[in-house]
Amino acid sequence: MTTVLSLRGATKRFGGLVAVNDLDFDVAEHEVLGLIGPNGSGKSTTLNLISGALRPTSGTISLRGSAISGLPAQDIARRGVARTFQLVRLLPSMNVLENVMAGAVFGHRRRWGHDAEAQAMRMLEKVGLERRAQAPVGQLTYIDTKRVELARTLAGEPKVLLLDEWLAGLNPTELEEGISLIRALRDEGRTIILVEHVMDAIRSLCDRCVVMSSGCKIAEGDTEAVLSDPEVIEAYLGTEDA
Amino acid sequence: MTRTEIQQVALAAALLAAAACLPFVSDAYLLSIGVTIAMYTVLATSWALFSGPTHYISLATAAFFGIGTYVTGMGIEHLPYWLLLPIAGLIGAVLAALVGIATLRLSGVYFVIFTLGLAELVRQIITWFQNISGQKGLYVLTAITEEHIYWQLVGLAALVFLTGWAIWRSRLGFAVRILGDDEEVARHAGINTARVKVLLFMVPGAVAAITGAILAPRYVYIEPSIAFTPMLSFQVVIMALLGGTGRLWGPIVGVIPFTFLWEAISGTFPNQTTLLLGLSFLVIVYLLPKGFVGLMQSARNRVNRREGFA
Repeated sequence: MTTVLSLRGATKRFGGLVAVNDLDFDVAEHEVLGLIGPNGSGKSTTLNLISGALRPTSGTISLRGSAISGLPAQDIARRGVARTFQLVRLLPSMNVLENVMAGAVFGHRRRWGHDAEAQAMRMLEKVGLERRAQAPVGQLTYIDTKRVELARTLAGEPKVLLLDEWLAGLNPTELEEGISLIRALRDEGRTIILVEHVMDAIRSLCDRCVVMSSGCKIAEGDTEAVLSDPEVIEAYLGTEDA
Repeated sequence: MTRTEIQQVALAAALLAAAACLPFVSDAYLLSIGVTIAMYTVLATSWALFSGPTHYISLATAAFFGIGTYVTGMGIEHLPYWLLLPIAGLIGAVLAALVGIATLRLSGVYFVIFTLGLAELVRQIITWFQNISGQKGLYVLTAITEEHIYWQLVGLAALVFLTGWAIWRSRLGFAVRILGDDEEVARHAGINTARVKVLLFMVPGAVAAITGAILAPRYVYIEPSIAFTPMLSFQVVIMALLGGTGRLWGPIVGVIPFTFLWEAISGTFPNQTTLLLGLSFLVIVYLLPKGFVGLMQSARNRVNRREGFA
């Protein structure tokens, strides 16, 4: 399997706090990698380092062999890394279709005019929102805003998709829809990094997991094996005498 | 082009043609108001092209405008007049790009202060230069009449509207709408936000400089305090906000009533103009934050909703 994305010694310091400490991992093509760990363990910071929202203090991140660490976010996006945000970010003055077109026009593969509109419509069909294309984003339900954001990231045909707690905050019915939507993406052979807390989703979607605690990687491997690792359980639940 | 777009372009062309006929039917006083309206239409519309979607309030209009007047003032003896306008535009655009590169990565407040300071800086440089050269002001003596100035401004207005319309339809226009909504999203979608802002800021820079170059013959005598008056920058902001920056035609809806209001104010209270300008600024920001355009839109929404229930 070819490696699409790799982190080597990726580190992020905020003053004295080390949010991400010397992190190494690879993501292979067509793989869904779960990035998990307790709150404050540095998962979102890691995602921000990959997408270019933050610059790593040291270490390298490379996409298909060429370094992307230190590049501005727009260059990383153009090279093929697209992301959703932990708190959904849509463009409030535009309708659903225009929101998705933003990804189609300026993303990894750039389109314009009817071509961009058709691509945006295909992405809306994929996430099941084609009938709301002309709706203002203010009228959408919570899961639908998440679908729009997902469609926007897909529209530029990225090589790697970063989903930051995309399933958080959904009710049980929505969660099922959400999981099957991401499973469909996985079946298309997309490369995805999933930061997630929902255990069911991690179990059913991720091929492998990287577990972080206090900024460090504490485990990596097949999802089932990692989730039954005593050190991982300890990181989530604490030690017995705590 | 869709049918509504063709209708809009036709309407705009008809209105501009009608505006161009003003000198044939008006007296000197009305024409001078016409020049003022045309001038602020050009300035406020081009200002809103950049500041509307990006929400960066630029107070640099006077800097570009003043430079334009000086291009005409200094160049009229040496170069043909028609060449001075593009030169002024070029200088304005280059200066705007330099200012943009230096400041547009900053957050909004710093940008406002910097642009206000820029007009003062250029003014002081010219004053200093005049002091060491011993020259006081500049006489601009030409055969250009008020009518000529008016027609040039209407032509420039047409050019500004055309530019704004072309930008709105382009990738640049889409990019600036996205970054106006959420700069973080824009960057992560792959938009070079710094370049978009700099490119767009060059438009009001160039337009204000050309406007200054066109108006220089009207002043006859120019000196830094006239050419770089900060009042101009504030008036442009007030008029654009009064009309509304959400639409290309928004600012002109503010320019026309405000010009007449201002004419009345400066005629009746000539010593309190600055105070009243400040007051009108407060009133507009508090009562009409989205301008007349926003007011019309919310009225239309209300009507639509009522019809929807009926």
